[in-house]
Amino acid sequence: MELVLPPKKKRSGLKTLRNWGIFLFLTVMYIWTFTGIDIDWGRAFERMINNFQRVIPKLFNPEWASIGKVWTAMVETLYIAFAGSLMAAIIAIPLGFMAAQNMTKSKVLTTFGKWVLSGIRAFPDLILAILFVVAVGPNPFAGVLAIAIGSTGMLGKLYSEVLESIDMNIVEAMEASGANKVQILFHGVIPQIIPEFLSYAIYRFEIDVRASTILGIVGAGGIGTLIQFAQMNRNWEEMGLILLVIVVVVTIIDFLSASIRKRIV
Amino acid sequence: MKLEEQKSAPSLLPAKTKARISVIFAAVIGFYILSTVKTGATIGDLLDGIPNMGRVIVKFFPPNFNVFVHIIEPLAVTIQMAIIATTVAAFLCIPLSLLAAQNVTSNKFVYTFVRSFLNILRTIPDLVLAVIFVGLFGIGVLPGILALIIFSLGILAKLISETIESVDMNPMEAMSASGANTLQKISFALIPQVLPQFVSFVLYVFEINIRASVVLGLVGAGGIGIVLSQQLKFYNYPNAMLIILVIFVLVVVIEYISTKIREAIV
Repeated sequence: MELVLPPKKKRSGLKTLRNWGIFLFLTVMYIWTFTGIDIDWGRAFERMINNFQRVIPKLFNPEWASIGKVWTAMVETLYIAFAGSLMAAIIAIPLGFMAAQNMTKSKVLTTFGKWVLSGIRAFPDLILAILFVVAVGPNPFAGVLAIAIGSTGMLGKLYSEVLESIDMNIVEAMEASGANKVQILFHGVIPQIIPEFLSYAIYRFEIDVRASTILGIVGAGGIGTLIQFAQMNRNWEEMGLILLVIVVVVTIIDFLSASIRKRIV
Repeated sequence: MKLEEQKSAPSLLPAKTKARISVIFAAVIGFYILSTVKTGATIGDLLDGIPNMGRVIVKFFPPNFNVFVHIIEPLAVTIQMAIIATTVAAFLCIPLSLLAAQNVTSNKFVYTFVRSFLNILRTIPDLVLAVIFVGLFGIGVLPGILALIIFSLGILAKLISETIESVDMNPMEAMSASGANTLQKISFALIPQVLPQFVSFVLYVFEINIRASVVLGLVGAGGIGIVLSQQLKFYNYPNAMLIILVIFVLVVVIEYISTKIREAIV
């Protein structure tokens, strides 16, 4: 008996055309990318060889003497993240209700809400921080505002998705038995959304802790300020310590947040 | 039974749960008050700040559209950095995500080690990576690309290893039973199941990289951020505002395209 491979599946003409289109697009994109980008490999490697001994071993040899300073800055970072997240978790509630189709019966309002939320989400946190540093001066307050506004976009979107997925039968049953809007809100809607709202708010706090570690680079307070000083002074031992503290604290926060969220939902 | 004793309806929650919720609530509020005081972000500070904010924000307007011609090039560099970093990370993540998937890597030690390594990688902020690479290679595009690669590698490998863990193992077992080798199993049973998710996650990481690469320039790692930080240093707010607007449009457009493609694939 001769071994024969099964026949290959025939591809339709349209699919072949589409695949060629994708292939062509990717080729053009990569040609544009690699001809456009300008890297001086020779100089970069020369520098790397010169700097390697000056940087890498020092990163793994943290300067323990400055632990007090670094820890104070890290705690400030946590304050910024917490104040910002909580503010966002509250501001996002009305926006979430506005953007949820089943809560706001008006289509115009829903679309408007969705646009506002995705508009906010398009600003990187650091750009918001730059704007607020210019507005209120280089202090942690600017960081809190940046985190608060930046998180509102994502939380509002997640909230509206939670609201759109609730069981509407309960709301309808309450309407039918003559409950007013406030009663429906408190007994029909809120009990269904609380666990998920809380879980998302805690999840966002996790993200905000990471985000607020770098806000100081643009002057918005927290441990990023020290990162900037260490970069200017080429103090790589201190940078090593900062990095270590960030890794440890973020890991602990992630772990705590994950275990709390598991219990809530 | 005496009716007078039960005037109000009994509570829905047991007293113990109520007490616990009250304690947690008090702790959250307490920490919030502490945070606002420590960061100077109390309601009073906010109200004091609003007029000042208004005064400064006005300085940013109108954005100076004449500088648009000058920022096309750094903007292109920003996109190119994100493309290169995403491509390299997409290739590098394949072996890493296979090693971090429990159903492919049966060696528990290797699996745990790779997982922990990826977890630590993800806790390092992208800008800190950029600072370190700028220290190593000097100011330029290369440190930015390297920072993006490492940063997105952590995210991508985690997402893809989770996808690999959730695949249907029956085709793999059927192929082992009929005598396929590991390479055949991977290319005919694993790849077809993972590919759509893989493409979707790569696009998602590309979105993240675009956002990250616009700010990398703030620490000297190439792209449009360098121009932005220069303009801010010279207090040239209308120019800075145009750059911010351009970044905004770029992020919105890339996200829109990427979301449409991802919806079509998965």
